[in-house]
Amino acid sequence: MEASLVTAVEGPATRLAFTGGLDAAATARLWPEATRQAQDAGVLTLDLTGLTGLDTAGAVLLLRLERLARETRWHGPPPGPLQAVLDRTRQALAAPPAAAAPSLPALAQLGQATVRRGQDLLSQIGFLGEAVVAGLGTIRRPWRLRLAEVLRHLDEAGLRAFGLTLLLGVLIGVILAFQSSIPMRRFGAQSFIPNLVGISLLRELGPLMAAVILAGRTGSAFAAELGTMTVNEEIDALRIMGIDPVAWLVLPRLLAAILVMPILALLMDLAGLIGMGLVMGSLGFPPVGVVNQLRSAIGLKDLMGGLFKAAVFGLSIGLVGCRAGLSAGRGPRAVGDAATAAVVGGIVSIVVLDGIFSILFFRLGW
Amino acid sequence: MAEEAVIRVENLAARFDGRTIFEHVSFEVRRGEVFVILGGSGSGKSTLLKHVIGLYPPAEGSIHILGEPMGGLDGAARTALLRRIGVMWQSGALFGSLTLAENVEVPLEEHTDLPAEARSLVAQAKLGLVGLADAAGRLPAEISGGMAKRAGIARAMALDPPILFLDEPSAGLDPITSAGLDALIRQLARDLGTTFVVVTHELQSILAIGDRCIMLDKQARGLIAEGDPRRLREESENPVVRAFFRREVLA
Repeated sequence: MEASLVTAVEGPATRLAFTGGLDAAATARLWPEATRQAQDAGVLTLDLTGLTGLDTAGAVLLLRLERLARETRWHGPPPGPLQAVLDRTRQALAAPPAAAAPSLPALAQLGQATVRRGQDLLSQIGFLGEAVVAGLGTIRRPWRLRLAEVLRHLDEAGLRAFGLTLLLGVLIGVILAFQSSIPMRRFGAQSFIPNLVGISLLRELGPLMAAVILAGRTGSAFAAELGTMTVNEEIDALRIMGIDPVAWLVLPRLLAAILVMPILALLMDLAGLIGMGLVMGSLGFPPVGVVNQLRSAIGLKDLMGGLFKAAVFGLSIGLVGCRAGLSAGRGPRAVGDAATAAVVGGIVSIVVLDGIFSILFFRLGW
Repeated sequence: MAEEAVIRVENLAARFDGRTIFEHVSFEVRRGEVFVILGGSGSGKSTLLKHVIGLYPPAEGSIHILGEPMGGLDGAARTALLRRIGVMWQSGALFGSLTLAENVEVPLEEHTDLPAEARSLVAQAKLGLVGLADAAGRLPAEISGGMAKRAGIARAMALDPPILFLDEPSAGLDPITSAGLDALIRQLARDLGTTFVVVTHELQSILAIGDRCIMLDKQARGLIAEGDPRRLREESENPVVRAFFRREVLA
């Protein structure tokens, strides 16, 4: 039988009579009317003698009405299962709820966040130190390096990223050439497009774009893999077996990232120059002229500077990704958080490093 | 008059890639009882549970829950039946990004039109019932395994289902927490009149909570015993059953 509510108001007294089965559906239907009546009531009488069923949602409604009214008188329900449901729910709701964490003022929150960032940076530097120590240990005992693991990561981070790197490289070369051709045409300087694109690619965009690819593909994969291992207590298991997780897991990944980055950057450079060459061809410039312009504009110093930067970017992405994974929390969310931290932290770190390199190269006159 | 069967399994078989896990499995679960599915590791206990709740289609046989054929329903009828059962998974299977209270509110939000205040109060009541009122605002990653199992029970009970399935509720818990969970199951069965189907191989739990049980065996690929677990322990002539209950090594 569907539950119904009959309301009778006599002066300050309000009588709410429930009949039928008061389940979740009926509670949802009667909640607004019943709570409104209870709020207005001086003395509330809950007549439950006609109830034939009651679940937790129904009991919650009745107890809510009791709290809303200034004074409540109960009629029924008859002793038995319905009374038991009501008693049990009353008892469960009587348990003290969780105390809310005290909220800090905005300035204190800002301070707390700043301290956390500082600690995070210190921890990152500490992690770099751990990696250096592990690396020195491996130089002393090179047979300890897990070469198969290095090769696996070289394959995953490098070989499998070749297609994407080539595609993006060609597109960037095409875009740069087209975008620069419009203003340079005004000055009759279209023949210098190879100079502009060549220098931009070799010194800046090649390593930077390759690093973005590495951070997105490989940094996040490092974090997710190591994060899952942390969640599954595999890292703890390694420590208990007396194996340094940094030497065992981090070093092969770092080495792969450092080795693969210059190759990806070089590929990006070459693909970008090919893309630029295609645009120059479409603008009527012969390939020989483009090559001569490139030769006059760029030198080995530009290329090597870019590749050196790429190797440092690789180290940074590897460090950030591995640390994000190893410091993952518990639960499936932790792995996602670690992957996000790896990508965001990796990209921020390469941009910061790029800025430092720009100042350094400028000072050195490179 | 015979007690009403709320679950009826007839001639059920489970096969994966041509490999038979069990076959010719038939049993009934009566209203209000704590029914235990027991057996050794790899005997197919959890597989049987997943067949009964409709996650796996049976290779043979039929399953009726509350008179409805589990395999023959789809759409709204299936959803309506699923609302009337609750499942506590072995790991708790709590949603990691939601607090315990929000976890309990998920089925209420999906299957009822209760206002937010009512949902919150019901969640609080359910968590209070399993002794987690003070942990309502915590995330699953911040609680212990035993608490996660209790929160899993609270979520399974959110819609007051007449049947609750519990997969290995005591696994991985210390004896005190495990005994507390057993007491909670008995209390809920007594107070709510809920039918419990519990998959476990924890001997003490089986004897503490089970009204009746069935036992699966890997070698037999099916049922080898059915009845009151205390009587099976004392009277069964089956060597596997005897070894299981007496913790003996099989010859």
